[in-house]
Amino acid sequence: MGSTLRIVNGRVHDPANGVDGKTRDICIKDGKIVKSVPPKTKCVDAKGMVVMPGGVDIHCHIAGAKANIARKLQPDDHRRDIHRRMELEKINTRSGTGGTVPSTFTTGYRYATLGYTTAMEAAAPPLLARHTLEELDDTPVIDKGFYILMGNNVLLYKMLQEERHEEIRNAVAWWLNATKSYTTKLVSPGSDEPWKGHRNATITQLNDKIDGFEQLTPRKIITSMVNTVDDLGLPHPVHIHCNNLGHSGNYKTTLETMKAADGRRIHVTHIQFHSYGGKPDGEPTSKAPEIAEYINNNPNITADVGQVMFGKSTSMTADAPLAWMLTRYSNDKRWVNADTECESGCGIIPFAYQERVYTHALQWATGLELFLLSKDPWRMVLSTDHPNGGAFTSYPRLIRTLMDREFRKQQMESVNQRAVAKIKRGHHMEREYTLQEIAIITRAGPARILGLKNKGHLGPGADADITIYDEHEDKELMFSAPRYVIKDGRLIIDNHEFRNNHEGKILHVSPLYDEGIEDVIRPFVEDFYTIRFDNYAVSDHYAPRREVIPTTKQ
Amino acid sequence: MMRVAEKAKSEGNIKIVEDATCTFCGCLCDDMVLTVDVDAKKITKAKNACVLGKALFLNYEEEDRPFALIGGKEATTAEAVEEAAQILANARFPIIYGMSDTTCETQRKAVGLMDMLGGTIDSTTSVCHGPTGMALQGVGESTATLGEIKNRADLVIYWGGNPAESLPRHFARYAVTAKGMYTPNRKKDRTIVNIDVRHTKSVPVADIFIQVKPGADFELLWALRALVKNRHVDPNIEKKTGVSMKTMKDLVERMKNCRYGVLFFGMGLTMTRGRHFNSAAILSLGSDLNEYTHFIATPMRGHGNVTGADTVVAWQTGYPFGVNFSRGYPKFNPGEFTATDMFVRGDADAGLILASDPGSNFTQAAVDHMKKIPMIVLDPKYTHTAKLARVAFTTAHYGINVPGTAYRSDGVPIELRTCLDSKYPSDEEVITAIYRRVEQLLIAKKRSKGANNKRQKAA
Repeated sequence: MGSTLRIVNGRVHDPANGVDGKTRDICIKDGKIVKSVPPKTKCVDAKGMVVMPGGVDIHCHIAGAKANIARKLQPDDHRRDIHRRMELEKINTRSGTGGTVPSTFTTGYRYATLGYTTAMEAAAPPLLARHTLEELDDTPVIDKGFYILMGNNVLLYKMLQEERHEEIRNAVAWWLNATKSYTTKLVSPGSDEPWKGHRNATITQLNDKIDGFEQLTPRKIITSMVNTVDDLGLPHPVHIHCNNLGHSGNYKTTLETMKAADGRRIHVTHIQFHSYGGKPDGEPTSKAPEIAEYINNNPNITADVGQVMFGKSTSMTADAPLAWMLTRYSNDKRWVNADTECESGCGIIPFAYQERVYTHALQWATGLELFLLSKDPWRMVLSTDHPNGGAFTSYPRLIRTLMDREFRKQQMESVNQRAVAKIKRGHHMEREYTLQEIAIITRAGPARILGLKNKGHLGPGADADITIYDEHEDKELMFSAPRYVIKDGRLIIDNHEFRNNHEGKILHVSPLYDEGIEDVIRPFVEDFYTIRFDNYAVSDHYAPRREVIPTTKQ
Repeated sequence: MMRVAEKAKSEGNIKIVEDATCTFCGCLCDDMVLTVDVDAKKITKAKNACVLGKALFLNYEEEDRPFALIGGKEATTAEAVEEAAQILANARFPIIYGMSDTTCETQRKAVGLMDMLGGTIDSTTSVCHGPTGMALQGVGESTATLGEIKNRADLVIYWGGNPAESLPRHFARYAVTAKGMYTPNRKKDRTIVNIDVRHTKSVPVADIFIQVKPGADFELLWALRALVKNRHVDPNIEKKTGVSMKTMKDLVERMKNCRYGVLFFGMGLTMTRGRHFNSAAILSLGSDLNEYTHFIATPMRGHGNVTGADTVVAWQTGYPFGVNFSRGYPKFNPGEFTATDMFVRGDADAGLILASDPGSNFTQAAVDHMKKIPMIVLDPKYTHTAKLARVAFTTAHYGINVPGTAYRSDGVPIELRTCLDSKYPSDEEVITAIYRRVEQLLIAKKRSKGANNKRQKAA
């Protein structure tokens, strides 16, 4: 930092500022993009190249307790994919292992190598926030944040049962502060109580009563959290993994969940997994047209797709009943369940999506349909729910599938034909994403949905997180090997070579709350948790480099 | 927002530190109230501590020992750092072992040091629940944080462990007499079963004690798995295990019919005949039971932060213990890259022992090799291993002098408070200093090697 840099001659795709492929200079000073720099500044010549903001991953699972159990569980996943230590001029990088759940250092380097500069870990139980932060601190180059699981929080249930909405708002704000997290996440709200307390039972309807909380339903929890997060003015709305993930016929639940938001902001994640028709326990069909249409018509809704990619994946989720169900369909006999007291469940299984399997091919096609039917790329952005639908390293292939009609057709022909036959034909199947649209669904869109004003664009004041790709017919090749990657103004990838290490920062929120709420949370923690209340909140040293993203109320 | 390090009240030379954490065992009880005589540098009271915790806190004293010893002679920390760095930089197959009684902050740096050196890193896990880590890789697990068990478990089975003596507050805080959300009547709301080869001090709290013949744990576990699945079991099993079919069937019924069951297991399973097969059998039994009800199977871990060691090594390398970097990337192979094996075979040519004392508990063959090679020891105490070391650092005590993070045996990370300062450096500071010096030495070595190559080419 403290240095200046100018990128010249590149075709710039900066959708947030309305720049679509024009050749213009980008100036960088002190890690930020500025209007101009002195004439003698060092230049990166991007002639024949495409310049975009650094990629922003809105939903991935890269750090914390469940990711680490998934690592411990699968030496087989690491063995064939090593990441060597590099001795660079200025600094050495750390070695590690890859696979679908790479070690922390490898995760950071590989995101950077793909041109991604920000990634959000999508689910951590608040009690284990320290673990998530320690791992994120060991995840180099990228900026990162995480969402806390709040959809199965027993104390919030008790408050909601008694309609103590003001206290809920304060408690949620306290929790976000205590964990240094970015927003709240609901995972299959209401499902943990029957899972843990009722012999692994589950909940299927938004109006089902929740075990032990007769006044509560998933719908009430969703409505409460949508309102709470909106009232707090968090930069990113509540992040929802709807009930019934993966079940045939679940699109109705998804539509109901979106309707329950009643016009307020809501982000529905990995929506592909929630867009199935068919009878419960029967074969799924695609209801992507219905889901896409609803989102197209309702500007309060944003979503990421959660595309399935063929090959090895790791299913790891706070949705424990889902992982249990998946054991029926997995050839791998390993299954992990992990309960977190008063806060969450968790399930992990190694998985593989196969072209020849009807359901897998249908899931793959459903994801593509959602992309192709989406009319607003700012609100339907790219994800694979890494590593659930596939690893983040498969993004370049996914981008090619969206940009290259012929490539897509070839793939369509090689997967289960019974599944493909069920996908609606139409002119949308001919659609090819443009570079500008790709820039939206992989950086500008996620940054805007996250409320990150300094990310996802190249206007003055933005963080100098920039990726420069060689233009290439083969978009998979193009997006898998950027020519230059700049993070906070530093050249990390220079002419395809990893040249520099960098430590990114933690992005978190710090909403205001009434400190009196501690008197409500304290006795509950001391009675039903196993650590002292005063040992709950994480101290600053777990996020040595951090940026507080203000709420709209601050 | 509260800060963990600041919660202390002082009056004169007496300081009270509340909610401190005891790092003696894997329970990591975080409700200590320590009364500290600052002038005398003593902890005079440790409210809520068990007998082991009291021993840790009340016997704590900063011994007036040299900052370091090199070859038995007094030295400064800086001199010892230089000597240690020379040893490591010149070793061909060094190993770091231990890590169970230090902070995650130190563990993270130690893994980095070995990554740079291309050596091996291993923790005490390899001699306690390493087999469980290996079993996990084969069969998975169904686990829970201890609070969920406190709140919900109505059937608690201890197998091959003796928490009454090794984890004294396990019963009261987590699993037997603890009061939880759905267990308001404490022990009355739970059935406690103890399965062991001998009648330990943990047996009296149990409602049911099942004595299994030594070496027959696996057979008993496998028979229970079969009975859970309604398969036929050869009646000879009674003779083999010393447990009657009636007892087995009764246990199986209880397991299938409880609301939330737990199998806690100890080194009686992992360090006896069968090892990781035993762990895999009990983890599988726990998982199988989820067809009928909610069931957990989870190890009881001993040392304060041994779970942190697994956790850190796994997030940095992908593997939990027994990791080697000599090819420039992590490789995992228990038996090859585990400390005992490396010492017994004579593979290691230098060792750094971090907060552990293998000199007192490894086999004689391993200790004999340790005596032959240059060893470096970092420990607050003058341990058996320190006595046979080339370089011995005196370091400050984690959780008393040094803050940081430790993971409870169920994976809950806890931030440690401090109550007394120490004149000795933390092991994190020493490891960091060694790291910096080794880095310089390796660069110098590379340069001189490069220069030699050039000269040879020129010749």
